Amino acid sequence: MLALSTRALTKTYKNGVQALRGIDLDVEQGDFFALLGPNGAGKTTLIGIVTSLVNKTGGTATIFGHDVDRELERAKSCIGVVPQEINFNQFESPLTIVVNQAGFYGVPRPEARRRAERYLKQLQLWDKRAGPARGLSGGMKRRLMIARALMHEPRLLILDEPTAGVDIEVRRSMWEFLRDINLAGTTIILTTHYLEEAETLCRNIAIIDKGGIIERDRVGNLLRRLNTETFVLNTREPISAAPQVPAFTLRLVDDHTLEVEVSKEQNLNELFGYLTAQRVSVLSMRNKVNRLEEVFMRLVENRGDGA
Amino acid sequence: MLNPADGADSRLVPAAPAGAAERVSMLRIGWIGFRTIVIREYGRIMRIWGQTLAPAAVTTILYLAIFGNLVGRRMGGLEGFSYLQYLAPALIMMQVIINSYGNVVSSFFGAKFGKHVEELLVSPLPNWLIVSGYMAGGLVRGTLVALVVSAVSLIFVRLPVQHPGAVIAAALLTSAVFSLAGFINALFARNFEQMNIIPTFVLTPLTYFGGTFYSINMLPGWAHRLSLADPVLYMVNAFRYGFLGLSDVNVMASLGMMAALVVALFAAATALLNRGVGVRE
Repeated sequence: MLALSTRALTKTYKNGVQALRGIDLDVEQGDFFALLGPNGAGKTTLIGIVTSLVNKTGGTATIFGHDVDRELERAKSCIGVVPQEINFNQFESPLTIVVNQAGFYGVPRPEARRRAERYLKQLQLWDKRAGPARGLSGGMKRRLMIARALMHEPRLLILDEPTAGVDIEVRRSMWEFLRDINLAGTTIILTTHYLEEAETLCRNIAIIDKGGIIERDRVGNLLRRLNTETFVLNTREPISAAPQVPAFTLRLVDDHTLEVEVSKEQNLNELFGYLTAQRVSVLSMRNKVNRLEEVFMRLVENRGDGA
Repeated sequence: MLNPADGADSRLVPAAPAGAAERVSMLRIGWIGFRTIVIREYGRIMRIWGQTLAPAAVTTILYLAIFGNLVGRRMGGLEGFSYLQYLAPALIMMQVIINSYGNVVSSFFGAKFGKHVEELLVSPLPNWLIVSGYMAGGLVRGTLVALVVSAVSLIFVRLPVQHPGAVIAAALLTSAVFSLAGFINALFARNFEQMNIIPTFVLTPLTYFGGTFYSINMLPGWAHRLSLADPVLYMVNAFRYGFLGLSDVNVMASLGMMAALVVALFAAATALLNRGVGVRE
């Protein structure tokens, strides 16, 4: 069954900006799905239409088979949403916020209080449950929005850049938490600017640019299509010029750092052989950007070149 | 680290695949959702009682002390009642109007401004229930203020209640009318100034010219006729009739007009919300 399905979804804002240009997108039930794209690509508009915060101009969208035009309330009851911007009443306490949210989805108050305790504890907010939410740190506010979105135990959880501005430790904890939720059966759609996040968590991916889907595939397939990767090499001794190595182009970044582009057909042993012969000793090596970021940049840049 | 296994229950959303929320009947979602909006509004009113309840009591004390006691004593009676007795029901009604309107316009506009209106917009609650919830919040504030102001008035004057049904019906219908009007104002308002325009330039003049402080029978012909176009006149008179048995207008027609206004404003507010005016792009 499809958790989300859109066909020819379009949105033109009053100022004439065409944010979506006929989006066809299917997300399978149980998937952990990434929606990537540069700023202004249309990701938030797409989520806005699905969650009814934005009126669509044309096309159709269904959530677990419920058409948002004909069965909007049913469709919305399946979704939990964590928006990009903080959107809870900062004068209310976290406990009040999550209990009320459960009420808006028909969860009786005693059950809502039980769930509130569970999710606020899991997201390490239980100690902060009573004070005004404006006193929470940025990371806590994001976690509160996740707890709020889970209160009615949705079948589809949509997260719009949930870890933006969150420190690395908390981000990784949130990944673990989201992975567990997905394993428990909740379909997750995630938009993020951290491509490492998408590569780590998601099974399927769609790249959206200028209001259209430019790529839709399994993360693994997409990465396999990456023909070349850029590696950064750190050398033991300082070097004054990039070594000349047949079939490889090396670039000197600074006196201890080289960059080299390696295609799938090339052999890294060969590269290290040449470097050893030239007495260049490599201490460490890493990808310049993460692999998904490399694919993403090429897709978006190619499209930009073609436009 | 977050604690997926911490807490009273380590279960992680197990109901999700089966679609717990989806199985709940829409009727139950609607009822619990409506109640939640009302509880949230009540909580807001009580949390900021210094802004929601106290000002009405202070203003009424000032009106009764200055207009009623000092000025009114020199005016003598009106249609068999002291001026204070004539004035008190209208002052209660004036506060019901101001507070019902103010509650909904500030609460809903605040939710728009702080973006937490999205909590409701993404929920499965139908728009007519969201409108009903906010209207009920206005009714709660209007009723609480009416009780507070009535209690304050009783310090100054003895108020008979001749038709309790008319008192309750007029208060509730008036509160509903102005709650809904406040909701529509909040939908269109883009800033705090636009939220205050209607109360200052429309509500206050209508209230002052609506027979709050005087009987329209005291006015010359043209002013009398003009006053009949003021909807607040019918609300104040129906309410005053409930206490004193006096009215410048037909009470049943007044209640009927208020009921019609409630229906019309409710339909307008729901239609505007359905179109997403002021809340959806």
